[in-house]
Amino acid sequence: MQNFLRDATEFLPILLQGVWLTILVTIGSLMLSTVLGLFWALMRVSGVRALSGLSAGLINVIRGIPIIVLLFYLYFVMPDFGVALTALQASILGLGIAYSAYQAENFRAGIEAIDKGQIEAAQTIGMGWWLTMRRVVLPQAVRIVLPPYGNIMIMLLKDSSQASTITVAELALQGKLIASSTFKNTSVFTLVALMYLTMSIPLILLVRHFEKRANRR
Amino acid sequence: MIKLRNVHKSFGSVEVLKGITASVDKSEVVCIIGPSGSGKSTILRCINGLESYDAGDIVVEGARVDSNAPSIVAIRTQVSMVFQRFNLFPHRTAIENVVEGPIHVKNEPHAQAFERGRALLAQVGLADKAEAYPAQLSGGQQQRVAIARALAMQPKAILFDEPTSALDPELVGDVLGVMRKLADDGMTMVVVTHEMAFARDVADRVLFIDGGVVVEQGAAKVVLDQPQHPRTQDFLRRVLHPL
Repeated sequence: MQNFLRDATEFLPILLQGVWLTILVTIGSLMLSTVLGLFWALMRVSGVRALSGLSAGLINVIRGIPIIVLLFYLYFVMPDFGVALTALQASILGLGIAYSAYQAENFRAGIEAIDKGQIEAAQTIGMGWWLTMRRVVLPQAVRIVLPPYGNIMIMLLKDSSQASTITVAELALQGKLIASSTFKNTSVFTLVALMYLTMSIPLILLVRHFEKRANRR
Repeated sequence: MIKLRNVHKSFGSVEVLKGITASVDKSEVVCIIGPSGSGKSTILRCINGLESYDAGDIVVEGARVDSNAPSIVAIRTQVSMVFQRFNLFPHRTAIENVVEGPIHVKNEPHAQAFERGRALLAQVGLADKAEAYPAQLSGGQQQRVAIARALAMQPKAILFDEPTSALDPELVGDVLGVMRKLADDGMTMVVVTHEMAFARDVADRVLFIDGGVVVEQGAAKVVLDQPQHPRTQDFLRRVLHPL
């Protein structure tokens, strides 16, 4: 235990640098996947066959490709087409695209769970499609969508470690580097695990808070 | 102001409206009665474009109703609707439900919309419930908020789709009372209902629909008290004397 504490004080500063990148990748790809996912979901429920077909196809393609392959593609293949991304950009873009598929399916489920009578009521006071979405459907869908959204956030936090495969020195990669140079595997990876856990706790609390607030009405 | 001419409508292979021709004049109250599945609600839903129709014409104030055309929005702001299941927005308070259309569809200034909204809630007897959420209101109160929401659009006509069918019996009177007052004030109303007493007292005309056609229509008291067609007679006998 004492060894562990001594190792911890030694490695923590380096690991915290990794934490910073982990947070950056997670927040960046969370925002991107949310925006993209909402966009796919709205296309899907638009009632325009071409748009919903395109969205369904895209989601299936994205879902069918492993995240790691997507990352390799963005980081190693895109330069051949003249698009050079930094490792950080590629990882945010890759994870954002990969997760947009799950976000889209979650949002769609939330939107489709809203009673049709709500949409009709909105239509009868003259609301168009977008106004109905913005004022009536989405605000109600939020409370349905939030719990799974929390899960997605936590999954994304953990999957941000895949950015290590394209050289982003986030928490997992920093841990691996320290471990391979010091051979203190137990201390290092215990620390890494604890740090991931610590980061997911605020997310869990945040979701719980949202759920409570939504359920109060 | 509302005219239907030979309106046909099918859901898949089932034809629910088989040539409906009817008209509603300004300030007239028309009740549509008939057995369930006869197409009563579908008629209302076609009038404000919630459903499309397959053939014939529906004209509201000179504008043909086409549920896929942009003009439908203008028609819907003129013809409001009140639903059987209220369909209030559960995430907004009573007053917010009422001002939603005026503010976001008609771009009315907030202060003015809220002032009018409160007056409308007072008109339906719910001045003290403005800040309540729908879940905190009884069915009758919710339906009165829904009527206030419809009125807030300053419509030329209101369509009522079985407005009291989802209510506990003791709450029906409040809603019908509000509707009677509206009728007295000259609102044009089309009401699908099973409340025969309301139809007799308040309606100018009654349409009896069965099997997707208008079987009989005329002055409310005539149709309800001296029905001519055997199907009308049979229906009324079963509604008025169920035992």
